[in-house]
Amino acid sequence: MSEITRAEVAHLARLARLALQDDELDRLASQLDVILGAVAKIGEVSDAEGVTPMTHAVPLENVMRPDVLVASMPRDDVLAGAPAAEDGRFRVPRILDEDQ
Amino acid sequence: MTDLTRMTAAELAATIASKQSSAVEVAQAHLDRIAKVDGQLHAFLHVDAEGALATARKVDSGELTGPLAGVPLALKDVIVQQGVPTTVGSRILEGWRPPYDATVVTRLKDAGVVILGKTNMDEFAMGSSTEHSAYGPTHNPWDLARIPGGSGGGSSAAVASYEAPLAIGTDTGGSIRQPAAVTGTVGVKPTYGGVSRFGLVAFSSSLDQAGPCARTVMDAALLHEVIAGHDPRDSTSIPAPVPPVVEAARQADVSGMTIGVVKELAGEGYQPGVEQRFAEAVETLTGLGAKVVEVSCPHFAYALPAYYLIAPSEASSNLARFDSVRYGLRVGDDGDRSLEEVMSLTRAQGFGAEVKRRIILGTYALSSGYYDAYYGQAQKVRSLITRDFTDAFAVADVLVSPAAPTVAFPLGEKLSDPLAMYRQDLATIPSNLYGGPAMSLPCGLSDGLPVGLQIMAPTMRDELLYRVGAAFEAAMPAPVPPLDWEG
Repeated sequence: MSEITRAEVAHLARLARLALQDDELDRLASQLDVILGAVAKIGEVSDAEGVTPMTHAVPLENVMRPDVLVASMPRDDVLAGAPAAEDGRFRVPRILDEDQ
Repeated sequence: MTDLTRMTAAELAATIASKQSSAVEVAQAHLDRIAKVDGQLHAFLHVDAEGALATARKVDSGELTGPLAGVPLALKDVIVQQGVPTTVGSRILEGWRPPYDATVVTRLKDAGVVILGKTNMDEFAMGSSTEHSAYGPTHNPWDLARIPGGSGGGSSAAVASYEAPLAIGTDTGGSIRQPAAVTGTVGVKPTYGGVSRFGLVAFSSSLDQAGPCARTVMDAALLHEVIAGHDPRDSTSIPAPVPPVVEAARQADVSGMTIGVVKELAGEGYQPGVEQRFAEAVETLTGLGAKVVEVSCPHFAYALPAYYLIAPSEASSNLARFDSVRYGLRVGDDGDRSLEEVMSLTRAQGFGAEVKRRIILGTYALSSGYYDAYYGQAQKVRSLITRDFTDAFAVADVLVSPAAPTVAFPLGEKLSDPLAMYRQDLATIPSNLYGGPAMSLPCGLSDGLPVGLQIMAPTMRDELLYRVGAAFEAAMPAPVPPLDWEG
């Protein structure tokens, strides 16, 4: 039985901003089915009920540092690595439709 | 004349400090070695000869000093170095030159360590063979037709083939230890939070940890001490003194220690040759005066599924930063397409198959309706695995197992079977989930290929790895690769 459908993979790809090709969707659907079948074993652990989930190995909370002014990275150094920059800013493709 | 590339880091440091050889000579010898053999190995993605020689000159002039001053090192390409290309093995960052240094790099530079270049890796550190590198695989110096492990196969191959005495790796599920195991080198994943993650391109933030790769336990300890310690720029960095790892490597004594053999890290999936070498290693430790006991960690059987839910979930979130805006690739920006379309095209073209697989898997595990059954359950199991460790460390000082379930396998063998590749991490993953330190070091050969012994210790007790590792190494020196492919 298939746990994950091609349509589901297409939906997940959309959420993850991946413009996948048709053959990639087919391949991923079958591979993810196998992988999910294996990781679903996690559900067998019967003594997990009531256990506190562990998000992190280091139990540090509210880590503070002194509020001291330091120089930031030079703007031009940062923009030099960008695919497109203009007037000292990152240049991005249009975000809104023309009529918005 | 002595071949400088065959010396250990400790020997090189002493040779340079006593002016028997200059740091420039040492750097040049290693650069020459890379030029000679890397065409066959492909351990490096970028060699920075100019930068290496510049640092070496500063050591020779006395401007930079320290226990590893002038010693060459190979840096895994997941760690940013200012002005030096950093790709993380991915097309999406091809050509990017970081505008800053990782804390690990700052510490190496301050210590006068000579960074030779950036090493090959599975894309975004996702893999166990370096075959998922967008720039082609690295070859194992023991047999060029086999994998050098992964994700840090470039670092392990560079160290095993005498291109560098030291390397930096990162270990999220075994990416330092499994490559060390299959190349017959020493690799250490320090305690999570022991080495700063600032400037380490994130894969799975609650698991990622940088650490040393070397040919001897002492060399790994010397490097460990240089890179470890609290960093205010990493909020998960532990504000405590670095464990005395160099002192422990000198101590090299297991008498009076109790060593626990983990019952669950054996059997199905482990090659008989690997299990045999491991059993002999345990006998050696007994002979050295350690008390050996069997311990059971019942939830380790679920470490692999827990890891392959937690790590892809964190990755799917972390890799959202590759948005075609701030760095790297941008595809299809024709003035007509929207930001979302350009972003989606860029990510589809810039990421390789394994990275896409894990992003989709993580997106699935985090989506509503599945979150509790997958990600939430995996985090509970992570707690239980940690409890298993705590219980085991109540009866044993350290735990041992094989580091990798198999010897190096042929290139291409597991590429079409993601699950088979994932099983390479069977023995290494539990320590990542728990956060404690672990080491792989050579314990002989099976079918002419190296086998790794894994030692695991409690959180912030990294020195115990070195104490046991150095004692074992003295009793059983590491095998030397024949390198019969060299011209």
